[in-house]
Amino acid sequence: MTRRRSPVFLERQNYRRRRWMEAARLMPLLGAVLFALPLMWPRPDDPDVVAGAVATVPTSSAMAYIFGVWAVLVGAAILFGWLSRGWADTDGAG
Amino acid sequence: MASLNLLVAVALVYVAILFAVAFTADRLAATGHGGWLRSPLVYTLSLSIYCTAWTFYGAVGYAARSGLEYVTIYLGPTLVMIGWWWGLRKLVRVGRSQRVTSIADLLSSRYGKSNALAACVTILAVIGVTPYIALQLQSITLSFSIFAAVEPGQNGLDNPGTSAFVVAVGLAVFAILFGTRNLDANERHHGVVTAIALEAVVKLIALLAVGIFVVWGLSGGVQATMARINASDLGTWDMDPGRWAAITFLSAAVFVCLPRMFQVMIVENDEESHLRTAAWAFPLYLMLMSLFVVPIAVVGLDLLPAGSNPDLFVLSLPLQEGRDSLAVLAFLGGFSSATSMVIVAAMALSTMMSNHIVMPIWLWFQRGPGATVSGDVRYVVLLARRIAIAATMALGYFYYRLSGGGTALASIGLIAFTGIAQMLPALVGGLFWRGATRLGALSGLTVGTVLWLYTMMLPGLDSADWIISNRMISDGPFGIGWLRPNALFGISGLDPIVHAVFWSLSVNFLVFFVVSLVTFPGPMERVQGAQFVNVFDHTPEPRGWSGSVAQSEDLMIMSQRILGARDARALFDAAAAEQGIADRLPEPTPDFLQVLERKLSGSVGAATAHAMLGQIVGGAAVSVEDLMAVASESAQILEYSNRLEAQSTELARTAAQLRVANEKLTQISLQKDAFLSQVSHELRTPMTSIRAFSEILRDTGGLSEEEKTRYSGIIHNEALRLTRLLDDLLDLSVLESGQISLNLSDGSLRSVLDHAVSTAMAGSDRPLDIRRDRGAEAVAIRSDLDRLAQVFINLITNAQKYCDAQHPVLRIAVSHADETLQVDFRDNGTGIPPHSQDMVFEKFARVSVEKAGGAGLGLAICREILERLGGSIEYVAGYDGAVFRVTLPAARALAAQ
Amino acid sequence: MDRKVLLIEDEPNIIEAIRFLLARDGWSVETHSNGVDAVEAVRDHAPDLVILDLMLPGRSGMEILRDLRADSATSRLPVLMLTARGQSRDRDMAEKAGVSRFMTKPFSNVEVMTAVRDLVAQASRQ
Repeated sequence: MTRRRSPVFLERQNYRRRRWMEAARLMPLLGAVLFALPLMWPRPDDPDVVAGAVATVPTSSAMAYIFGVWAVLVGAAILFGWLSRGWADTDGAG
Repeated sequence: MASLNLLVAVALVYVAILFAVAFTADRLAATGHGGWLRSPLVYTLSLSIYCTAWTFYGAVGYAARSGLEYVTIYLGPTLVMIGWWWGLRKLVRVGRSQRVTSIADLLSSRYGKSNALAACVTILAVIGVTPYIALQLQSITLSFSIFAAVEPGQNGLDNPGTSAFVVAVGLAVFAILFGTRNLDANERHHGVVTAIALEAVVKLIALLAVGIFVVWGLSGGVQATMARINASDLGTWDMDPGRWAAITFLSAAVFVCLPRMFQVMIVENDEESHLRTAAWAFPLYLMLMSLFVVPIAVVGLDLLPAGSNPDLFVLSLPLQEGRDSLAVLAFLGGFSSATSMVIVAAMALSTMMSNHIVMPIWLWFQRGPGATVSGDVRYVVLLARRIAIAATMALGYFYYRLSGGGTALASIGLIAFTGIAQMLPALVGGLFWRGATRLGALSGLTVGTVLWLYTMMLPGLDSADWIISNRMISDGPFGIGWLRPNALFGISGLDPIVHAVFWSLSVNFLVFFVVSLVTFPGPMERVQGAQFVNVFDHTPEPRGWSGSVAQSEDLMIMSQRILGARDARALFDAAAAEQGIADRLPEPTPDFLQVLERKLSGSVGAATAHAMLGQIVGGAAVSVEDLMAVASESAQILEYSNRLEAQSTELARTAAQLRVANEKLTQISLQKDAFLSQVSHELRTPMTSIRAFSEILRDTGGLSEEEKTRYSGIIHNEALRLTRLLDDLLDLSVLESGQISLNLSDGSLRSVLDHAVSTAMAGSDRPLDIRRDRGAEAVAIRSDLDRLAQVFINLITNAQKYCDAQHPVLRIAVSHADETLQVDFRDNGTGIPPHSQDMVFEKFARVSVEKAGGAGLGLAICREILERLGGSIEYVAGYDGAVFRVTLPAARALAAQ
Repeated sequence: MDRKVLLIEDEPNIIEAIRFLLARDGWSVETHSNGVDAVEAVRDHAPDLVILDLMLPGRSGMEILRDLRADSATSRLPVLMLTARGQSRDRDMAEKAGVSRFMTKPFSNVEVMTAVRDLVAQASRQ
């Protein structure tokens, strides 16, 4: 039993590592999408806003959103950097 | 109120501190004590030169005009850093492995070490960066003027021209002192990097201090500030989606393309792993730098008199509120932003200019009939680089003076950005696409640059009115509407920035792609392309040089001129040691040339280094094997299969050898069988006769005496034949085993022949007329005379037996050829038929059957004997009769042995 | 009774010995010393028996034997084969080729005479 466990564990670690790598690669795309989201917010000259159907977004909320996303990305980058320390640089040449 | 003098004093002290820091860092690095200088933190902080005075002052102005849009300038780099695993990692790896000195060098290196491309990129960089430098000078001048406005007419520094000039000169001196200390541009400039890291800290603290003062000191906390923001003109989210996306993309693109960013991020990179830290730390830095921009802008708009320049709110707010020390700190922050950017930009540009414009021109002038490099290259390169720094600074200064310093800072920044971004397709394509070619890169870059100038620079100049008329802007050149710079192809209504970015970059990319597709890369391009794209595959380095026509001495002289005597010596000694040569110059092997070129390119750039080596080595050559390795999508698989193939060829060769050996053994075995069966036949045949006749004699009664005599005679003859056969067999086996002992003695050929003739003719009933030339036979010989006689007897007996002429005649002729003596035995018979001629010397080869008598071993024995005597025997074809030629070494030669 | 033997042999002394023996026994002996046209010689002489040496100049006795056996006129002709090479392989090959009797040199005269008589007797009985 014990002899069989070790490789299984390693395999799993390797598997995790790959998934982390993929997640890390997705981060800039995710960031780009999140940073682009505000573009869909209503603007003062949108017909809906003019008609009063929708309220515009105050700048303070926009700031909170953007800096929030920013902070999350930084946090994620810290996490990935921490997880990936010591990884060989050879795999996943991009 | 802070006095301007105090401000100047503070600035000078600050600059002195920077000098001291840079000097100390260089010292520490040189003595090997500066471990922390290579920390990821310093690396991250050095990246902050992305945040120039444009950020420090301009972001607030930008926010005051366009709200949150300013963050896009920082979002792009944030995304690039977070996605470092995609692109930056590769860029850094390539930059380090190729010892790249600048972005122009990288592109030139990727596209076959093309200097034309490097020169184009350099020119583009100069066009793009000069306004940017002007911008920094302007910001410093403006910041001085803010203080001067409070306290006018002090010492002339309020004169914008003067202060800008003084600043420009000071920065140039700093950049020259610390940026051109060592020639190897690829070596780390620890002094400069440490100084700009310090400046990064100063500007961050300054901006945060102002921001905290504004939020908590002036607005009364976060809540109140937010309320204030929402209540202001900027209070509602109102972004142009096109601009938002375009500027984000643009800032991401220039983050890697800007010469100064390339310098700190790639060239000054100490360790690839630093990226891991910078990936989160730099976005954090950017976030902090942008955090207080909107509050400062809103509060500034609120509190400062209408018409105040929003680009200077960071400075004017503390001044207005009487916080002099905070204002001085803010000034230092802005000063830091401007100076660090200018210093690094000047360094990067000067490297590019000297390596890709000055050096090629200089080399071209040097290209005399001697075709080798002469003069002190070190001096030339350093001087070129220093002059280039001064020139860059002068360009920036004059641009600032000419433009009048009036335009809003942000718009200049974006124009410069768009220009620099034109390198992106060539850069990204070069890193990820093997198919990218030099012509593609060159055409894309050119078309993109032209479109950028046309759509962005021209409309920006319209007020100047000295290049083009306003009519051209509004109606298009020659009245062609769809060529209007602001609305290419009739697409109007776009924001000018979005319009320019879209057209210049998309057409740039398209042209780059299409031209790359239709052109074919040269060998060097393909080699380099493979190295760049597959940089992580650890492929064995393809060789750029082949042949060893190069003179090591010439190489040494050239290297000394570029690297300095000590470094060159060390490099050559190391190479010689590696080649296993002591106390000599290394052989100019392709490997060594490769190493040397890398080393030189660290000083003068890839293209120049390549050209210089080419002058000595005599042209670049990429071997066919290299091309094969490159052409293969995976060189390693190819190599592996090559190895397998080699192994299997080896095996095949061994198998073939074994087969040959086996065949030989089989043949020997067959020969042995055949020999034994021949011997058996030769023994049994006479024995058959002997037995048959002895039985006849025994069993048959009434035989006549005559018959008895005849049959006894036959028995006798056959018994003699058997004896002869056994003698011959023994003789041959002794000869063949080499156990024969030669009994050398002196004598004359004539006496040997006399003896042979008399022995052969004795007891022979067949007539044979032997004709000799006794005069010619008077030759002294030294040989085993008995053995020689045996050969002659055999030949004479053969003639007796086989000559089928009616009156058999044997001529024995002697002739001398320089070192040899030839004795020809020629009879007048029909000779030996051609098909039997090559086998007469084989054992048991009897040509004529009816005249059997011998065992067919005579000539084989003759051949063996003559071989032992150092001579030979051959059958000479083409005569009427049979001709045997015995060749003997001449007496003197034999005696000399 | 005129019984005819064709002796195909290249060694003159052996020819003489066999001729002497057979002649004394009442045979008429023809000789031929060449392998090349041996088959024609057999046809020409139409002997009751052929004594064939294995090693002949020009053509091997084995080939001559095969030709004789392939020809319907001589396919049943008694053939006594002589060889000096004394290898069992030769005997096997000769038997496969349809030899009537195979003898190794040196032979005893009695053996030869017995073999010749036997072979002819067998042939005439059939």
